[in-house]
Amino acid sequence: MNAMTNIWTPVGQLSDIPRQGARCVRHGDTKIAVFRTSDDRVFALEDQCPHKNGPLSQGIVHDRGVTCPLHNWVISLETGTAMGADEGETRTYPVKVEGDTIMVAL
Amino acid sequence: MTPTQARSAGASQPAPPQKLVVIGAGMASGRLLEELAKLAPEKYEVTLFGAEKWGNYNRIMLSPVLSGEKQFDEIITHDADWYAAQGINCRFGETIVKIDRKTKRVISNRGATHYDKLVIATGSASFFIPVAGNDLPGVVGFRDHDDVERMLEAAQKPDGKAVVIGGGLLGLEAAAALHARGMKVTVLHLMGHLMERQLDPTAGYLLKKELEGRGIRVVCNAHTNAIVGDGKAEAVLLEDNATHEADLVVMAVGIRPETRLGVDSGLETNRGIVVDDHMRTSDPDIMAIGECVEHNETVFGLVAPLYDMAKVAAKQLAGPSEAGFSYGETPTKLKVTGINLYSVGDFSDGPDREEIVLRDATKGMYKRVVLRDNRIVGAVLYGDVSDGPWYYDMIQQSTDVSEMRETLIFGQAHQGGGGFDPIEAVAALSDDAEICGCNGVCKGDIVAAIGAHDLTTLDEVRAHTKASASCGNCTGLVENLMAATLGDAFSANAVKSMCGCTELTHGDVRRLIKAKELKSIPAVMQELEWSTSGGCAKCRPALNYYLLADWPGEYVDDQQSRFINERVHANIQKDGTYSVIPRMWGGMTNAAELRAIADVVDKFEIPTVHVTGGQRIDLLGVKKEDLPAVWSDLNDAGMVSGHAYAKGLRTVKTCVGKDWCRFGTQDSTGLGVRLEKFLWGSWAPHKIKLAVTGCPRNCAEATCKDIGVICVDSGYEIHYAGAAGLHIQGTTKLTTVATEDEVMEIAAAIVQMYREQGHYLERIYKWAERIGHDTVRAAILDDPEGRRAYYDRFVFSQQFAQTDPWSERVSGVDKHEFKPMATLELEPAE
Ligand code: SRM
Ligand SMILES: Cc1cc2nc3c(=O)[nH]c(=O)nc-3n(C[C@H](O)[C@H](O)[C@H](O)COP(=O)(O)OP(=O)(O)OC[C@H]3O[C@@H](n4cnc5c(N)ncnc54)[C@H](O)[C@@H]3O)c2cc1C
Ligand code: SF4
Ligand code: FES
Repeated sequence: MNAMTNIWTPVGQLSDIPRQGARCVRHGDTKIAVFRTSDDRVFALEDQCPHKNGPLSQGIVHDRGVTCPLHNWVISLETGTAMGADEGETRTYPVKVEGDTIMVAL
Repeated sequence: MTPTQARSAGASQPAPPQKLVVIGAGMASGRLLEELAKLAPEKYEVTLFGAEKWGNYNRIMLSPVLSGEKQFDEIITHDADWYAAQGINCRFGETIVKIDRKTKRVISNRGATHYDKLVIATGSASFFIPVAGNDLPGVVGFRDHDDVERMLEAAQKPDGKAVVIGGGLLGLEAAAALHARGMKVTVLHLMGHLMERQLDPTAGYLLKKELEGRGIRVVCNAHTNAIVGDGKAEAVLLEDNATHEADLVVMAVGIRPETRLGVDSGLETNRGIVVDDHMRTSDPDIMAIGECVEHNETVFGLVAPLYDMAKVAAKQLAGPSEAGFSYGETPTKLKVTGINLYSVGDFSDGPDREEIVLRDATKGMYKRVVLRDNRIVGAVLYGDVSDGPWYYDMIQQSTDVSEMRETLIFGQAHQGGGGFDPIEAVAALSDDAEICGCNGVCKGDIVAAIGAHDLTTLDEVRAHTKASASCGNCTGLVENLMAATLGDAFSANAVKSMCGCTELTHGDVRRLIKAKELKSIPAVMQELEWSTSGGCAKCRPALNYYLLADWPGEYVDDQQSRFINERVHANIQKDGTYSVIPRMWGGMTNAAELRAIADVVDKFEIPTVHVTGGQRIDLLGVKKEDLPAVWSDLNDAGMVSGHAYAKGLRTVKTCVGKDWCRFGTQDSTGLGVRLEKFLWGSWAPHKIKLAVTGCPRNCAEATCKDIGVICVDSGYEIHYAGAAGLHIQGTTKLTTVATEDEVMEIAAAIVQMYREQGHYLERIYKWAERIGHDTVRAAILDDPEGRRAYYDRFVFSQQFAQTDPWSERVSGVDKHEFKPMATLELEPAE
């Protein structure tokens, strides 16, 4: 795995993602969900809910969290951990935006 | 029936009920009739006269109605059903002009009515200061529904000017409300400071500053000389010759007890109709209650004592009773959103008085507690009123406060140190501490009621105890008390608010979106003070729907506020794939459609094909990327989205009806198709399912649908409010009509009424349960114009709704939803 850590990889333009929305990036057989908040912050999580692998990229984005489309767990975009009563964690990836280009550290 | 009645019925004839006549359908008589219904339901045959067009309503709340924070129908306390259930004969819109005590009859313009017992509850009328022009059109009091109507009419005029004469409770509520309605408002007050009867000069000053800060002009020491204008009020003239322009002049200088009937019929009367401790007038068969009475040389202007009168009178009427009327201090609050003031007791200075004062200029906070030999006799609170009930309790208990003098003014929080817990605070109150001033409900009553009927929601507590059911100021207190009593079993927010982001209920939010003309999600969150910056997955879909439904054609649907199913127009499955359900109008299909479906299934290797419970075919396990291509093929065969994912029209099930079935009475299939083609595409608070069945055998299961039509020989039975999901609920029959067109109009009207009133995720059956079937009948059946208006609004909104979401997406809308932003290959690892 260490072969693929911390290489900043351009994955798309900020404008590709609607505010309070997400797009997916296929990385081999992992799916990464890239989120854009209402204030244009960008976050990247593995597109798998810690509960039952629900596709987080399909959830509703609010503040710094996303609500999973399957059973409404709320996952923090910043830490990847489930908020509230639920417990679990999803892998997060470092992200930066240069100009309009979104870079994810892979 | 009570045993005694049973016996007397068996033996001799039961005594015929006596005739009780009540004059005035107001707050006092409303309470009287309730109490009487409890104590002696059979004893009287009651006739209720009311000069106003409707029955008893919560007059207190005319202020929020004027400001637009409430609607009139929300403040009606007794509706037709209730009177009917009590067997009360209602004569609304009928004014009693004379009481003939010799023949024991009351006379109205429509004739005479005999009474054995008579109750006068005529309240009071706005007092109009005797100056020239006080009778010009455009000069109104602030007393009843019609006054409010007149004011709202005047408020229509773009930047119209209003002058309110009188800076008391009533005048200021009127001023704030008219200001909220966009009028330029000036308050003319005779005295040196506002609300001088309830406030000391400092609190009066803070109040004036607050109002002026909001853009309301306040003139004190203003002596009105005349109201001038030709044909209608145009300006108010003061003694110092200052003039104040006015399109509307509101007289709020005080009230005059409505005693005319008493005077004319020779009852003992001073300022009010004189009554003894048992509410009896000088005529033993006539009682009087409410603002029209005078008791111990006192007249009244707040509801709390009037409700006590009503209770006493009811006991008297039910049978001989010792209960007598007595009253204490009534706290005063101003019902103006954003202004908190509380005043109770006697706070005038005096040699025997001491006062403790606390000010916080930056917070605009002021507290003053007045003591006489170590006991609180009065309190004035401005800004922070949370300790009002605590001080009031100590006034009533005449608690010796010498122990806590140092900390008294800081409030209950600072007694015995420790952080302040409002719930512990109510827990600490004595059992006869008054929680609800309007209805005189004590802590003990509420706790008892909660235990006796295991109440868990605020509404239940209101229903059983009336606590917080009038002006609502004590709602928070009641909730804290419930929390203290029920512990975890009670969650205020679960009970009221829409979600964690707001205190407001769905009902509040829907009303305010309209009242304040809020047309975007950010506008709602800003104006209604959402506690989160972006809302949550609960409130955003609801808001998006409310705005869509309330502002058709204006509001732009916010895709990011929709659940994934509605965003991609397919149902997400547990493995992240999707299901696709094309419409099969009225459950009809044909070879071409079936062939296209078969081809799609082969082409995209769709693993599961299922015939749904909604008479159509579900393709499950479609990959998201494939959706647009799948839809495009289905579109080509003329099929559109079945909205199986939508909070909106799902299916219209039909049976084969008279085309084939030997029992069929009408073209159930044809009507089903027609309904589905008319209703599809509309968004609603929750899913809507219909069925049309060809005869009462009901093969299409119409009697468990949101709207069900049962064809019969004579036409079409329309049923509604059924469901067969989590909760099985048979439909309620609405009516039978002769033609398909009538079915279409009524169905669309119901759907539109539900779209406008339903709370998000509330099925039609829940909505109807909440507002009552009679309300629906009244709106849809008894009021043809109203029904037509609903129908027209539905048709209007449909023109923005009926585009097939699938073909839209096939042609490129929301492309980003359907393909990954990037696909990266791994570098071959060494
Ligand atoms: C596909 C179908 C089952 C089937 O294969 O037959 C179905 C599938 C689902 N139903 Fe249903 N319901 C289906 C007919 C029904 C029926 C029967 C009917 O419509 O005559 C009912 C009972 C009638 C009723 O609604 O009152 C029904 C009562 C429910 C309920 C309970 C609703 C309620 O208020 O109690 C839910 C849960 C909900 O909506 O909150 C539900 C929810 C669902 C959802 C949307 C659950 C979800 O969110 O994923 C399922 C979507 C599956 C999918 O991906 O397609 N489904 N569901 C049927 C699709 C009908 C159609 O053609 O559109
Ligand atoms: C805008 C407003 C705000 C208020 N706010 C508060 C508050 O916050 N707190 C508080 O405690 N109090 C408040 N009040 C006062 C409270 O509403 C009154 O004290 C209460 O309504 C009096 O009740 P009542 O039954 O005596 O008279 P009403 O409620 O006035 O009822 C009398 C009824 O009798 C009818 N009537 C009169 N004469 C006849 C006749 N000859 N024949 C037939 N019918 C007749 C009248 O039309 C009226 O409908 C407020 C009042 C108003 C107008
Ligand atoms: S509902 Fe009546 S008409 Fe329709 S199929 Fe059943 S039996 Fe036949
Ligand atoms: S899979 Fe995400 S909440 Fe269940």
